[in-house]
Amino acid sequence: MSWQIGTVTWINGPVVRARGSRQVSMLELVEVGDEHLVGEVIGLEGDIITIQVYEETSGMRPGAPVYGTGMPLSVELGPGLLRSIFDGIQRPLPVLEMRSGSFIGRGIHLTPLYRKDRWNFTPQVKVGDAVTGGTILGTVPETPALEHRVLVPPDLEGTLTWVAPAGEYTIDEPIARLRTENGEQELTMLQRWPVRRPRPYRSRLAPTEPLITGQRVLDTLFPLAKGGAAAIPGGFGAGKTVAQHQIAKWADAQVVVYIGCGERGNEMTEVLQEFPGLVDPRSGRPLMERTVLIANTSNMPVAAREASIYTGITIAEYYRDMGYHVALMADSTSRWAEALREISGRLEEMPAEEGYPAYLAARLAEFYERAGYVETLNGERGSVSIIGAVSPPGGDFSEPVTQHTKRFIRCFWALDKALASARHFPSVNWLESYSEYVDDMADWWREQVDRDWQTMRGQAMTILTEESRLERIVKLVGPDALPDEQRLILETARLLREGFLQQSALDEVDSYSPVQKQIRMLDLILHFHQRAQRIIKRGALIVMIHDLPVVNKLMRMKTLVANDQLEKLDDIRRELDEQMDQLEAEYR
Amino acid sequence: MSEFIDRGGQEVIGVARVEGPIVVVDGVGNVGYDEVVEVFDSRGRVRRGRVLEVGEDVAVVEVFAGTTGLSIDDTRVRFLGQPLRIPVTEEMLGRIFDGMGTPIDGGPEPLADHYADINGQPINPTARVYPRDYIQTGISAIDGMNTLVMGQKLPIFSGSGLPHYQLAAQIVRQATLGAPVGETPSQAAEFVIVFAAMGVKHDVAAYFRNSFAESGALTRVAMFLNLADDPPVERLVTPRVALTLAEYLAFERQMHVLVILTDMTNYCEALRQISNIRGEVPSRKGYPGYLYSDLASIYERTGRIKTSTGSITQLPILTMPNDDITHPVPDLTGYITEGQIVLSRDLAYQDIYPPIAVLPSLSRLMKDGIGEGRTRADHSHLSAQLYAAYAHVQDVRSLASVIGEEELSTVDQKYLEFGRAFEREFINQGLTENRTIEETLTIGWRLLSILPPEELTRVSPDEIQQYYRK
Repeated sequence: MSWQIGTVTWINGPVVRARGSRQVSMLELVEVGDEHLVGEVIGLEGDIITIQVYEETSGMRPGAPVYGTGMPLSVELGPGLLRSIFDGIQRPLPVLEMRSGSFIGRGIHLTPLYRKDRWNFTPQVKVGDAVTGGTILGTVPETPALEHRVLVPPDLEGTLTWVAPAGEYTIDEPIARLRTENGEQELTMLQRWPVRRPRPYRSRLAPTEPLITGQRVLDTLFPLAKGGAAAIPGGFGAGKTVAQHQIAKWADAQVVVYIGCGERGNEMTEVLQEFPGLVDPRSGRPLMERTVLIANTSNMPVAAREASIYTGITIAEYYRDMGYHVALMADSTSRWAEALREISGRLEEMPAEEGYPAYLAARLAEFYERAGYVETLNGERGSVSIIGAVSPPGGDFSEPVTQHTKRFIRCFWALDKALASARHFPSVNWLESYSEYVDDMADWWREQVDRDWQTMRGQAMTILTEESRLERIVKLVGPDALPDEQRLILETARLLREGFLQQSALDEVDSYSPVQKQIRMLDLILHFHQRAQRIIKRGALIVMIHDLPVVNKLMRMKTLVANDQLEKLDDIRRELDEQMDQLEAEYR
Repeated sequence: MSEFIDRGGQEVIGVARVEGPIVVVDGVGNVGYDEVVEVFDSRGRVRRGRVLEVGEDVAVVEVFAGTTGLSIDDTRVRFLGQPLRIPVTEEMLGRIFDGMGTPIDGGPEPLADHYADINGQPINPTARVYPRDYIQTGISAIDGMNTLVMGQKLPIFSGSGLPHYQLAAQIVRQATLGAPVGETPSQAAEFVIVFAAMGVKHDVAAYFRNSFAESGALTRVAMFLNLADDPPVERLVTPRVALTLAEYLAFERQMHVLVILTDMTNYCEALRQISNIRGEVPSRKGYPGYLYSDLASIYERTGRIKTSTGSITQLPILTMPNDDITHPVPDLTGYITEGQIVLSRDLAYQDIYPPIAVLPSLSRLMKDGIGEGRTRADHSHLSAQLYAAYAHVQDVRSLASVIGEEELSTVDQKYLEFGRAFEREFINQGLTENRTIEETLTIGWRLLSILPPEELTRVSPDEIQQYYRK
């Protein structure tokens, strides 16, 4: 597979230079040294080859051989991706553990997908069919939660000369033969795709439906469209990782790709131990059955961290091409940007802002543009939604990664340290966050829940904005100085904040909130506001409203009302009306 | 260590350039990246260093003990052909070493049949065990609000003049494996302690040593001391040497290890110094762009793995320059570690010990280490309620400072009362006071009882029934 193309002349951490062949191509996968450490060509000048090495280079010497492979850094695609956990260059971590023990050794070459598993293939095509890239050759039940569709690789077309009968095959065994312009070709369930090249699709479609996450502040106030891109910026301790985990657990995507990019080892372990025990509320199957994990923790080699994002997005695109909705979480894109900076620094490139290379923005754009709602090559509809966590130094959003990211996303979930300190989670700041998808999503909500979500959302946002204005006055003069009508706004805003926006990831009922429940809870709070407004106009005092027993119920309805007993919300509404009626009667 | 003496290896006489702790050697061949060197001055005195960058006939070497006395022509450099390794053995407990792992207590070199590369290797995430067993430190602000879990890395963010050393020493003295309220731990797990000092004063090292001695822990402690007047570059090695021993004890000898690293700010400064001399592109405040990865290579050497019952728990201490939590050192640390304990100058001035600023402090692993069967079922709600109430106290205080306390509503006045009591009775405790988890939770409920029950929205009605004003 590989042949010597040069010898090492210079080593500085993960960056190595070699002298050798002029035939090596940019971004070619190479192997460095006697241990065959995996690397990638990132620069060529005359016969000098610059390589970033995906493994620790300690002990490497000038004169060590460099081997070429003739192909770019690619991922393996096929059945068996789901339920896997890979490192940044798609080595399966459990297999790595079997080979090198609890610590990650060097120079271990593993095939990403297990070769010996036999998959139950059912063909959907027959001999003589003309097929093009993306045509579904057949299906494989990859997990009980997902049917894997075996596709013709995007760049092939021709006529089928043989199709394997239904039965069990490994991913190496042929399942069809294709006559193309360049002769006959055997197709297996396994394909390779270079990670830095987006997989093709037929056309891009406008986003029309939201990616439901079961998190009220996201779904109701700042929705993300399927095929959209969102950023979650927040300083440390603001709750980025918990938010990412919550979305990974509950998002209504058929496939979830979770990239732990330069983050903590224990967090990945938590996902690994928690997900198999959690059940997807839609399919009723363990969440792990729809999940692909990529873990390149902070202490794993930095160049592989840079690659992990691309490994993940390519896998996501592959499932999109089958016609699925895929959600990709990257935690954290800042660590990825730092990996770029580190490599760039070792290459002694001219830095732009804060030491980041000038091409930071271009790389971010390339990555986020790989999100999208598309018509696939075979005419199906699929999407990749990207949710990227950003870790701004000091929680300061004016830094380059946050600022450049903002240019390429349309949904911004700003996490707030002050909210997190008060243990208000998810700590999404409603005044700083935004979603540009609100208008696009209105129709979907109307169909699903038969209510005017957009107006209700607007009312809630108005109350919350008004509250922040009033809070400034309260800070100066105290709440008693406000007229009761304005104090009602504070009261309703408190209900919205504590009874609606706050959502506990640890509570069994509250961890996931279906859209029906979300909209009805919001409706109840707004209904409370309207009735209270009317009564206060007639002269009732705010304390009377505040002391109504139903207020406490509204505050706790998120946990009191189980997700399958939404009719209980009607009881609360009735109670609310009774108590309001009574009060109203006194002020007639 | 003696292992390197007389081991041969390539030797070069004369160097091309000396700048700060960096020596550039040319005319070398076959030198490995990151390998150890011995540098001899004209009088034959030896100091060690390591290769930072290597080209075809040139090597950039950092000299740990500094380059004073080295000349261009008379310096001899011997390349030892392997990365820095130290002997690891249980016998190192009870001993004191310098920052490079050489004994300085007058005792002999430890006898070991095992030498380990100080850089270690990353733990495979699939080989980890998620930490869930909490450590009872006897300190309410930690046990009740920011529970420490075995296998966690939880730094203390402090400032100069604050009692972080006393706090760390108290944690070390009092730490025991936690048990649910009403039960005693099935087995008394005894922690061994690996203590690494980077650039701290002699007094501080002596303080820790005395504190370990007083509690009779000295035989369970290995101390690695790079003091303030020791060569700064050596500091880059000290935490790695200490963690290499810790990994051996935890993962080969099945021990529970508490690692104290102090002061990480000094470590980062040494790193900046080297980076600066090498002319690397700086990122924030002159620190190198790889500071995050470098710190991660230290902090991530924590946790539990499937093949051992032992654990490594890290308590790094760092002083925030100018008390600024957004400074790159605390900032990047906070992004890697599983939470932080923040000390507050304000509380310290009010004579509250330990002056733990509860609101910015956090333990990320707390949620899985507490609750029914671990501490007590109401623990999570109780701490969330204390957090929320104390956060509201801050708002009320700023309001009171404008309109005066008398103008506050009765409820808000109750909050002020709660705030004062919380600081005086919950956070504040004696240097030797060791509270059980039950005592901590009881104080928490007693303080919540100051507030009217309808204010307590984070605890359940049942819990109010059971514990409120009891």
